[in-house]
Amino acid sequence: MIVYGVALLSACLILGMLLGEALGVALNVEANVGGVGIAMLFLVLASNSDKFKSLVDGASGAGIQFWSAMYIPIVVAMAARQNVVAAFEGGMLAVVAGVAAVIVSFALVPVISKIGDSKVSIAEKQ
Amino acid sequence: MEILETVFVRNSLVVAFAVIGITIWLSYFLADRLTNGRIHGSAIAIALGLVAAYFGGRATGGSTGVADITLLGGIGLMGGGMMRDFAIVATAFGVKLSELKKAGLAGVVSIFAGVVVSFIVGAVVAVLYGYTDPVTVTTIGAGAVTYIVGPVTGSALGAESDIIALSVAAGLIKSILVMIGTPLVAKSIGLDNPQSAMVFGGLMGTTSGVAAGLAATDPKLVPYGAMTATFYTGIGCLLGPSILFFIVNAVL
Repeated sequence: MIVYGVALLSACLILGMLLGEALGVALNVEANVGGVGIAMLFLVLASNSDKFKSLVDGASGAGIQFWSAMYIPIVVAMAARQNVVAAFEGGMLAVVAGVAAVIVSFALVPVISKIGDSKVSIAEKQ
Repeated sequence: MEILETVFVRNSLVVAFAVIGITIWLSYFLADRLTNGRIHGSAIAIALGLVAAYFGGRATGGSTGVADITLLGGIGLMGGGMMRDFAIVATAFGVKLSELKKAGLAGVVSIFAGVVVSFIVGAVVAVLYGYTDPVTVTTIGAGAVTYIVGPVTGSALGAESDIIALSVAAGLIKSILVMIGTPLVAKSIGLDNPQSAMVFGGLMGTTSGVAAGLAATDPKLVPYGAMTATFYTGIGCLLGPSILFFIVNAVL
């Protein structure tokens, strides 16, 4: 049943969000800390485990795949509802700060990816 | 006209599905014909969405782009946080646990590095623009982290509302630039495997930016980038009004 997969996906998201919210309260932070990331971990664990096989195989899996495939359309809708006007009304300071942060972060991607790589290869050598 | 409005408003989410579907069809058509497939169709669709959001915001004076236009209200629901998170989690279906473990350490490092680096860049820019008040500098620096960390930090520290607005604007610029810029720089920063995608998500951190940027680059990378990116804002809200503010306070 398709709805089993959808329900599993929903359960993962709600559980993750609850944990993320609780983590936020525990850290005294006004934000959900990693709720979506935790939910994704649950779904990965469920889809790799035998216990949940009936909820992720066949038609049930199609219920999850449908929402995965709807991801890009949803992201396009998300782009269409951004406050683009406010972004440009912030003036040059906002533009410079935003652009500079992105450029520096882009430049760090290969650097930090490499740190991970070397650690992995060292571990493998040992 | 009245009938049209009634039907569109009553079925707003369905209208959104149709409108977005047409937009994506048009984008893939343009990507195919005008750029010979060099630019990804979804990159064009996201850019079209942002342009539409700009004109929607200009026309209505609202804060949610196209969704403030009565006939297109459903786009607000379809592109809202709930649906976005639901679809992001769904992309994790089929992800191998081993890939996550392999990039786990680099992913965690990237989240902290990303928050601190973006904050420093934003704070330095604020200082260069002549701001010396630690609360103001911290708030603008936090805005360069994400447009959520900015206002959370600003209100925790009691920053002026125009400074908080400035920090939101900086975060929005960052998010939009990540959406548009990621497919353009993907090759040169080695963004083509799960590990670099996790690092990328952790460094950029803006969930919307990462979500759209990776979708326009390679949808297979989405779950890895999204996984780390969703921790970023929380870590930013944790560090902004505390450690990062103390450091700024000590330096200025």
